[in-house]
Amino acid sequence: MKKYLPFAALIFGLLYLLSSLRPAANMTAFDLAGFGRVPVLVNGRIKPLDTVARTSLLTLQGRQRVSTPENSAPFVHSPVEWLADIFFNPAKSDTYPVFKIDSPEVLSLVGLSEDDTRITYESAAKRTMAVLGFLPSSKSRFSYSQLRDKLPEIDRQARLVEPVEAQVRTPFQKSVVQLRERVILYVELKTAVQMPDSPDFLGELHLFQSALPAGIQAVLAKQKGEAHDTAALKVMREMADRFSYMEQLTYLRLVSPAADDTDATHWRPMGTALLDSFGTGAIDPTALNYAKLGRAWRTGDAAEFNRLVAALHDAITPRYPAAMQKSDVEARFNAAAPFDSSMTLYVWAFLFGLFSWLLWPQQLGRAGFWLLGLSFLGSTLGIFTRMWLEGRPPVTNLYSSALFVGWGAVLLCLVLEKIYRNAIGSVAGGMIGFATLLIADKLSLGGDTLEMMRAVLDSNFWLATHVVVITIGYSATFLAGFLALIYIFRGMFTRSLDQDTADALTRMVYGIVCFATLFSLVGTVLGGIWADQSWGRFWGWDPKENGALIIVIWNAVILHARWGGLVKQRGLMMLAVFGNVVTSWSWFGVNMLGVGLHSYGFMDAAFYWLVAFVLSQVAIIALASIPLEKWRSFRPKAA
Amino acid sequence: MNALVRQFRDFFVSLNLTVALLILSLVLVFVATLDQVNLGIWAVQHKYFRSFFVFWRVPGSDLALPVFPGGYFIGGMLLVNLISAHAYRFSLTWRKTGIQLAHSGLILLLIGELLTGLLQKDSSMRLEPGETKQYSESFLENELVLIDHSDPKFDEVVAIPETLLAEKGSVQHPKLPFQVKVKAYYPNSTLEMGEAPASANLPAATAGIGARVHLSPLPMTYKPDERNLPGAVVELITPEGTLGTWLASPMIGMPQTFTYQNHTWELILRFKRFYRPFSLTLLKFSHDRYAGTEIPKNFSSRVRVKSDDGRDDREVLIYMNNPLRYGGLTFYQASFEKGDQVTILQVVRNPGWLIPYVACVMMGLGLVIQFGFSLTGFIRKRSAAAPAS
Repeated sequence: MKKYLPFAALIFGLLYLLSSLRPAANMTAFDLAGFGRVPVLVNGRIKPLDTVARTSLLTLQGRQRVSTPENSAPFVHSPVEWLADIFFNPAKSDTYPVFKIDSPEVLSLVGLSEDDTRITYESAAKRTMAVLGFLPSSKSRFSYSQLRDKLPEIDRQARLVEPVEAQVRTPFQKSVVQLRERVILYVELKTAVQMPDSPDFLGELHLFQSALPAGIQAVLAKQKGEAHDTAALKVMREMADRFSYMEQLTYLRLVSPAADDTDATHWRPMGTALLDSFGTGAIDPTALNYAKLGRAWRTGDAAEFNRLVAALHDAITPRYPAAMQKSDVEARFNAAAPFDSSMTLYVWAFLFGLFSWLLWPQQLGRAGFWLLGLSFLGSTLGIFTRMWLEGRPPVTNLYSSALFVGWGAVLLCLVLEKIYRNAIGSVAGGMIGFATLLIADKLSLGGDTLEMMRAVLDSNFWLATHVVVITIGYSATFLAGFLALIYIFRGMFTRSLDQDTADALTRMVYGIVCFATLFSLVGTVLGGIWADQSWGRFWGWDPKENGALIIVIWNAVILHARWGGLVKQRGLMMLAVFGNVVTSWSWFGVNMLGVGLHSYGFMDAAFYWLVAFVLSQVAIIALASIPLEKWRSFRPKAA
Repeated sequence: MNALVRQFRDFFVSLNLTVALLILSLVLVFVATLDQVNLGIWAVQHKYFRSFFVFWRVPGSDLALPVFPGGYFIGGMLLVNLISAHAYRFSLTWRKTGIQLAHSGLILLLIGELLTGLLQKDSSMRLEPGETKQYSESFLENELVLIDHSDPKFDEVVAIPETLLAEKGSVQHPKLPFQVKVKAYYPNSTLEMGEAPASANLPAATAGIGARVHLSPLPMTYKPDERNLPGAVVELITPEGTLGTWLASPMIGMPQTFTYQNHTWELILRFKRFYRPFSLTLLKFSHDRYAGTEIPKNFSSRVRVKSDDGRDDREVLIYMNNPLRYGGLTFYQASFEKGDQVTILQVVRNPGWLIPYVACVMMGLGLVIQFGFSLTGFIRKRSAAAPAS
């Protein structure tokens, strides 16, 4: 029976991974999946509306689901359905709670009292859970309608903060600025397709279209100083005001350039496309289609909606086949969420590995190894898809560095596990894989993670060499640290660390430290060469450079201390754990200093996590300094 | 060998010393990085890395105590440790080539960094469209210059470095028919309209623009995007008596002129200039953005390089990650101004720039050889052990 356990685990894992790949089904008669694949130019990149929906929701409220804690059923079935509501039916979307506000001071600023935030659960069981703290007892997400009256006050407060430097802002100031940015993003989405106040924007456009010829004549006549139709002129002026309001308020470029125009910079926001009608004498067909989509959505005409979505696809596909293909793949990639599946599988790999030390080492160990391989496969697919979408090497920002650090470490773990077959690779790999994907998940809250590269970083050669090599250096240093954690915990709290395993772990840590030294050193020096190429100096003591240098130095310390006989097994492990501290500081700590050419991401909440992680590692080092004969595994056997 | 010498030798060749020095350097780099928030990158380099000791000023006094070894000290000791350890344990075997190569690379890198510290000079060149310049300007230093324009063929320029101004003494120079007496100097200041308030206790300027504006001292700034703008009040004294008191500041756009003995002089406090035997002309600066955004995609400057000896006269495109190396200098695209019109190039002189490239190859290769030996040894041992298990 237990013989088949590894196969069963493999099959289940594989089915789980495959199930995420199936195409997204439409939950209603509306072809929202097709709508989600419609491409749009945002932040310099042509991407599907699906990505816009997901990243907007993450930025607004830190998750993709739109729901309240009291009600288990979400307001919308998918992010793109929410986007359709905000585009076409803002009156409805204004009632969805999508603004996350945690700061009590901001809550009181926007006039939300305890009555507004308290959650009253229907079932008694849930109420008990809430009292015990397992369920949230107060709401943290609010709707646009709840904020509407206080928008001027939010704006005023945020303006007061503006002169204060980002690093010295108080938590209240940061929250209020963040809230205003969220409100702006929301309003931008609301005005992307139509004037939010318009009950029937398509009708408005039809009227505009029929008034356009007379209007243009009136404008031309006025320019020449001839007699003109003042009423027609007035209509034109009003419409122009409305369209330029839309033009100024959105960042989404929905309307593709005219048929013979291949310049990507000519994608236009809806407002611009409508303003262009004054020159062309007719409304752009894509713009009109979006307005028609709006009416179909509001009136619940699914057949018309689906026909219009197909028309949008047909209009764009032949002209931008590559962009359309990427847009399709990206929407599928979003829905498949390979990193989420990997995260789950890493947990299973970790658990199987862990239990294999207690029971059925062969079968559970093998199952853990195979699951680790599967989750690695999932991550690899995800990373490769991102690379293909972006046309870049794997690491381009902090988010992708988190993905890649985990990927590199797990690859090393697979090699270790292949050689040693003692489940240590599975446990360490599961742990690091899960942790790095969790970090990546938190980092993705900032918005679209497929960003355009700023000018300094726009060099695939250096991204592919320096950045990749140094990130593998991070992976290896972390891995050595996590292996040391396994040594310390197993040795101290269990009897499972026999002499063979202890020696094997020592060899692993030593080997990985050698590997880490090589990669972090070569990576750092390559970085110096890049700096020399682009800034004219090899080394400038920039914080990020110093961070990389510290990792190299620490790995060198470990190796020299070992060669010099300064440390034995336990000392090596303690030094390796401190490697975690050094690497996490270089990876995240230097970004928090907010100085230097390299600081590409400034984070606040992450700072506390970093401090907590560092303290935990220091505590473990202190723990490991307890003499070996007190450790459970090394205690002299009771006679 | 007597016991004392042996003790010394054992100390300098020991791995314990290596580990201790490495840990010290790690602490130094860490603290220096944190201190960048307060001091800025330039001051930190000076205080921590390009010094033998890190000094701590006792608050409220001028007493500075050495509290930690500086970059030169640790680097120097590491160098001694490395070289002596290798000389002592040197043996020509294959197994050791990797480690020796890597460490030789490290020695080279440390020496290269020392050379860079001593020889590297950074300056910047700001070019308007069509403008030609034969000099670059210092980021940090300033100079007070007096220019005699009376000879039509050339200008006589006397530059007084800021360090001399800071001493607030009198400067006499054979080319100057007068003495320059520094009455006030502030390392960072701003200009304000009108007379100085009496409480400021400033020497009054009587000539030039100084009659209408006054200096107001500011605290020194260490922010990476700001620079200190010094201000000075100088009196020019001739054998016949004073010529007047001038106010000088790099913020004064126009040169202040005066005449003495039929020579017209200009007085300017400006960013220190480094003249070169060639000139650069900005033909066009371009700032490309990603479609529909303000995210910069590329910055580039098309410039014409023309050498004084007439051997070079060509167009060059300087852009991100692609600097111009010319005449022992590196020009790279650093910044821009005025709505994408004006380019700012950073100009670096670093004669040792090639050393890190060589060192990098040596270290990388050395480590690959070293760990390659370990790895093959490990694999051989395992495959030998495998059948047994």
